[in-house]
Amino acid sequence: MASQAGAVARTNLWQSKRARKIAFAAFWYVLLGITAVMVMMPYLWMVSSSLKDTGELFTYPPTWMPQVLRFQNYVDAWNAAPFGRYFFNSVVVAAAVTVGQLVTCSLAAFAFARMNFKGKNLMFTIFISTTMISTQVTVVPSYLVLKELQWLDKYQGLIVPFLANAFGVFMLRQYFMTIPRDLEDAARLDGCGRMRFLWTVVLPLSRPVLAAQALFAFMGNWNSYLWPLVVTTSERMRTLQIGLRYFVSQEGGTQWGLFMAATVFVSLPVVIFYFVIQRSFVEGIASTGLKGV
Amino acid sequence: MMIREQLLRSRWWHRWGEETFSAYLYLLPSLLVFGAFVFFPLIFSFYASLTRWNLPYKPSFTGLENYRYLFTDEIGSRDFFLAIRNSFYYALGVPLNMVISLLVALFLNQRLRGVGIFRTAFFLPTITSTVAISVVWMWIYHPADYGLANTILLELGLSPLRWLRDPALAMPGLIVMGIWHGMGYNIIIFLAGLQNIPHHLYEAAEIDGAGIWAQFRKVTWPLLGPTTFYIVVIGVINSLKAFAQMDVMTQGGPLGATTTITYFLYQEAFERFTMGRASAVACVLFALLLLLTVIQFKVAGSRVHYE
Repeated sequence: MASQAGAVARTNLWQSKRARKIAFAAFWYVLLGITAVMVMMPYLWMVSSSLKDTGELFTYPPTWMPQVLRFQNYVDAWNAAPFGRYFFNSVVVAAAVTVGQLVTCSLAAFAFARMNFKGKNLMFTIFISTTMISTQVTVVPSYLVLKELQWLDKYQGLIVPFLANAFGVFMLRQYFMTIPRDLEDAARLDGCGRMRFLWTVVLPLSRPVLAAQALFAFMGNWNSYLWPLVVTTSERMRTLQIGLRYFVSQEGGTQWGLFMAATVFVSLPVVIFYFVIQRSFVEGIASTGLKGV
Repeated sequence: MMIREQLLRSRWWHRWGEETFSAYLYLLPSLLVFGAFVFFPLIFSFYASLTRWNLPYKPSFTGLENYRYLFTDEIGSRDFFLAIRNSFYYALGVPLNMVISLLVALFLNQRLRGVGIFRTAFFLPTITSTVAISVVWMWIYHPADYGLANTILLELGLSPLRWLRDPALAMPGLIVMGIWHGMGYNIIIFLAGLQNIPHHLYEAAEIDGAGIWAQFRKVTWPLLGPTTFYIVVIGVINSLKAFAQMDVMTQGGPLGATTTITYFLYQEAFERFTMGRASAVACVLFALLLLLTVIQFKVAGSRVHYE
């Protein structure tokens, strides 16, 4: 009797637990479904609007699927402003910053990870403290410095201030420290100097972290706004983000089909890039807690 | 004596000199950039904040006049405190964002089908530039009935709103967009935090008869504490630094409703060219950011990790 009652109770418990689990999963799926739709909606709306003609854009109720696909919007948007030039500027600046940061960060990270020197802790503190000082705080004096150097509206002005990155140094340092000491000793015995060791052993071994750092640098720079807005004064020096901003504000705010088309091709490179390398990107953020600049 | 000194020196050189010298050579490129574009500007900001400096004129030293203007002048303090208030109003999106991101992260942490696709989807906004996102949301918030936000309201039987053109709704509109934009980042940080919670704690809790809610309250939430705290502090810091969306979508309007501290700083410096006053704003912003960072470090450092 007792054991039977026990079995029933267990079954009930099991059933209610299972029921609760199913209810819980359903709740999660519903919640996730709603948020996922909300997250993707602006993208779908952007692409859909970018293919509509003016008449369809401004009708109520709006349509999700354009009646006539107007790809001409993309051509018109591209020709309405020097987007080719903006693309070129963005690529030049982001690529230069990425390569430059890889060089400066690797050198500094190597010193911090593998060398003993006087003032190391102080230097490290100084490096880390730069992460607390953001562009927003230094934009005014940096602008004045650039003005003195006559670097306003020049590539130097867009590139040089970002050629050092303490996050990058920290990330590379953590990785460099894992390279076995024996390797270095062996290399030193063979008469390999520090710089050659860094170049021929450490850097090839650190490809994953260098890739992650390159990614952060590139994306952060590609998407940056405040600095290029302040530094560029002529149209031909604008980066994509600044170009898009002026395109939208100067067209009188009515050409929504063209605006959406322009937004699509401005954001597409990064989205493609993200899909190609998303795994290392997500892992990079999870392990360092940072994104871009 | 001389020889001894030389010996000492050479031993010093042997022990520290060569390596120290080379190490600083390795640090030099970074140090030059930091010096010119981080530390010099920071110190220069302090100095400039004590001057009256209206470009293109030269600066003249005025002591604490800019701070007096920002904190006690009738007009100055009204604008400045409005900007600070707006910034913290914008930061109200942070706890909201935290809750939503945690819920999504908890789901994504379950080993269920299709989670990978969702993770990709949720992260997409985070990598899209703020300008691009702002343009899209301007279209969503279009005040006519064919604006997507208004269409949804009309579908629900409500009346359309003027969104970004309404002083009361512009900031909530930016907050909603900000949550949408920042969620992906929070989710990834939360997921990393969740994956660090040892599984045997849940097993133990289950043996003790803890339900899902009790497990969350007694295991997940406390162990996630440092992660949550980090997300909130970083979120507030980023809110204070937010600029692009205000510039693209509202230009600080309507009626100054979205003029946040960074936007106010930008206006002072690059619209009114009052560099001294702008530097004073920058110094206040710096103090706020520093305070938040120090809190983050202190709390993160004092946390006891059970296990």
